[in-house]
Amino acid sequence: MIYDCIIIGAGVSGSATARELSKYDLNVCVLEKGEDVCSGTSKANSAIVHAGFDAAEGSLMAKLNVEGNEMMGQLAEDLDIPFERNGSLVVCIHESEKGGLQDLYNRGVANGVKDLRIVEREELHQMEPNLAEAACAALYAPTGGIICPFMLNIAMAENANVNGVDFFFNTEAEDLHRDEDGIWHIRTNNGEYKTRTVVNAAGVYSDVFHNMVADKKIHITPRRGDYCLLDKEMGSFAKHTIFPQPTKMGKGILVSPTIHGNLIVGPTAVDIEDKEATATTADGINDLIEKAGMHVDNLPVRRKVITSFAGLRAHEDNHEFVIGELKEAPGFVDCAGIESPGLTSSPAIGEMVADIVAGILKPSKKANWDGKRKGILNPSGMSIEERNELIKKNPAYGQIICRCESISEGEILDAIHRPLGARSLDGVKRRTRAGMGRCQAGFCSPRVMEIINRELGIPVEKITKSGGKSVIAPELSKNRKGGEL
Amino acid sequence: MQSYDIVVIGGGPAGLAAAAEAKKAGVDSILILERDHELGGILNQCIHNGFGLHTFKEELTGPEYAQRFMDEVFKLNIEYKLNTMVMDITDTKVVTAMNKTDGMFQIQAKAVILAMGCRERPRGALNIPGYRPAGIFSAGTAQRLVNIEGYMPGREVVILGSGDIGLIMARRMTLEGAKVKVVAELMPYSGGLKRNIVQCLDDYGIPLKLSHTVVDIEGKERVEGITIAEVGPDMKPIPGTEEHYSCDTLLLSVGLLPENELSKTAGVELSGITSGPIVNDSLETSVEGIFACGNVLHVHDLVDFVSQEAANAGRNAAKYVKEGSKPATKEIKINAVDGVRYTVPVTVRPNEMDDTVTVRFRVGAVYKNSAVAMYFGDEQVLKRKKQIMAPGEMEEVVIKKEELAKHPDISDITIKIEQA
Repeated sequence: MIYDCIIIGAGVSGSATARELSKYDLNVCVLEKGEDVCSGTSKANSAIVHAGFDAAEGSLMAKLNVEGNEMMGQLAEDLDIPFERNGSLVVCIHESEKGGLQDLYNRGVANGVKDLRIVEREELHQMEPNLAEAACAALYAPTGGIICPFMLNIAMAENANVNGVDFFFNTEAEDLHRDEDGIWHIRTNNGEYKTRTVVNAAGVYSDVFHNMVADKKIHITPRRGDYCLLDKEMGSFAKHTIFPQPTKMGKGILVSPTIHGNLIVGPTAVDIEDKEATATTADGINDLIEKAGMHVDNLPVRRKVITSFAGLRAHEDNHEFVIGELKEAPGFVDCAGIESPGLTSSPAIGEMVADIVAGILKPSKKANWDGKRKGILNPSGMSIEERNELIKKNPAYGQIICRCESISEGEILDAIHRPLGARSLDGVKRRTRAGMGRCQAGFCSPRVMEIINRELGIPVEKITKSGGKSVIAPELSKNRKGGEL
Repeated sequence: MQSYDIVVIGGGPAGLAAAAEAKKAGVDSILILERDHELGGILNQCIHNGFGLHTFKEELTGPEYAQRFMDEVFKLNIEYKLNTMVMDITDTKVVTAMNKTDGMFQIQAKAVILAMGCRERPRGALNIPGYRPAGIFSAGTAQRLVNIEGYMPGREVVILGSGDIGLIMARRMTLEGAKVKVVAELMPYSGGLKRNIVQCLDDYGIPLKLSHTVVDIEGKERVEGITIAEVGPDMKPIPGTEEHYSCDTLLLSVGLLPENELSKTAGVELSGITSGPIVNDSLETSVEGIFACGNVLHVHDLVDFVSQEAANAGRNAAKYVKEGSKPATKEIKINAVDGVRYTVPVTVRPNEMDDTVTVRFRVGAVYKNSAVAMYFGDEQVLKRKKQIMAPGEMEEVVIKKEELAKHPDISDITIKIEQA
């Protein structure tokens, strides 16, 4: 079969594009080398919806950031995912930095960011009591927000899938070319796929695919960022997202509550070449603890950290989103260099890329497209009566599996059985938060494995953390094997 | 709303002993709430022997030890609910819990006994750099996989931390056919019991490297190798001392944390050192009528002491239920200084206390040929020489009511480590 469009990559850009394209009468599929959506850059970032004052005036990045931010409220509602505009503060700790703040304000206004204002010392410390004493002024952006990057990515992909887009996991695009009839052939580890158009949403690998077919080459640098996530006990340490002044390496090390009530600190910014090197380093963690401490007081990172991780930004040399059809490769549409504010921009990126593809294919719109999705039920906000009603209907909601985050079996079953359902521990974790709490899956992983085994028939010794070779418990014990050595 | 005289949160060794003792002290209306599908708590996965030497004068396995207390609870007809998660406790002792059959329900208790146990410190809390692949387990999770579920977490193992569960798992994995290459311990001494080092490492030729830590984890999908390095007195790795081990598994035994999230919902005041509730000699917390015992109070080495402590909590909770609230006429603070990290309890009530109160504590470093000393005010009332004291082994002193009565004017008791 020949697809109308194949999207390489089921990250947040690819999934947003898939959802937008699912509005049309088109055969669309997404090829993802990971075992799940949201397996690369989209899974390890600050989880911030940026206001849009950072990106250069007139840049595509600025435009899509502000548009994406504006779209996020409605999208979060349609997809039933939590989102909050907690507001962001760019804090300066030296009087001499105030000029930079004004520049940022001017840029923000030029970019179309609404309600920006500069707050002075007294008001600032009232807004954020834990700021460092030296904090003397800040740029306040009430439109800045926090969101769960997993949920946004997963929800868009799920909704695309329900509206007819196929997703092929563990399917790595290796090579592609266009034949004389204008059909694109994508070679993968799972055979060849044919399509009229290709969307290159391959994250840190987007330069590889671009450079296979483009005259003008691009270069993506994986820019590693280390993060620490702190216990929910620290979730109220900051109300807003607190940034330092930006530098040419990025927006700096932020301190922010997360939408789920933790506190996140990071990222560092280190340019590397290895596109798979998501290992944290001791230097990185030390660096971020030191720098975060410059803007807030008494942040107990080392005592309250529950996990640390590193993500890779797909940094294009010109620090600009590369979106568009290549003239020399008709039907090949780039969605490359998507680094911060990529998560924020993703709804606008999806729309823009889908418009380009639609411009090529000229499809008609589906009559029955349904852009609404019901998320995994989160009973934690329910009254006792509502919970009892729910448990009566489905007793699995009465059985807590993850103690730290109070996640029930019902939520895990939903995560496994819904479209593009979870098949691994991380898949369950990103959809439900089971295993994301302070014990970091110590208690619940054997029980989640048991549920995956029961529901999907995957033998326990084949269950993975996140696909591939990440098997948790590869063999039966001697006792289970019948006592032989 | 249902009501019970005593609700016990947790059906592990502490909860079972507390409930049994409360019943024997004359309280009939008792309910144990247990989150797992069976009573016994973590003992069910501790299939090695060595339990019960103090209590029963014989060596039992964990499940055998638990069974004795379960049998007693059954014999005493104490009610319990399994697969039941307590979601909230208020300072007025309303317990909110949930399970599949009862749904979410609330109980008004006259007294609550906290017996939730502890959890393991995970990798994330240590900031160990490197990848985050499969194959990194806390020792207790690995123990559950092997002993309860019947799966092997891996074949070639490095262990970080020499807590007791880590030591036990070094032996267990070896007996299961795995190769345990090294146990690295950050501190210059082990956090586990001496007998476990001998029986679980020395007997199998497993090296223990003190003052070492993990500095890198290799492998993006599954652990492929671990690098350890020696640390200096500042606990920072010393460059040039790195040693690489190829392996597929990293087990962590780097500390246990009393699990007090529920205690916090009730407003129970916690110690910054033990992370457990601050209690008086009756093991009552800062919230009247809420008692605590076992590993939720402070982490123990031996379950025998958990059972003893829990029985005290049960008896005192029963007394509270029967006699009602009786504010202490006087409270004396116990100071933990000079090598004594903390004490449980933190205060004693000289007039209301039992005839004897056992005060348990840990030392902060290894002490050789030293002595434990106790002072009532300025007067030394005890000096007990010990050849060796280590943080991995809990110490105790006993305060006698009779003796304390001879010092009516003191405002504090001090326990410290002195030269022998």
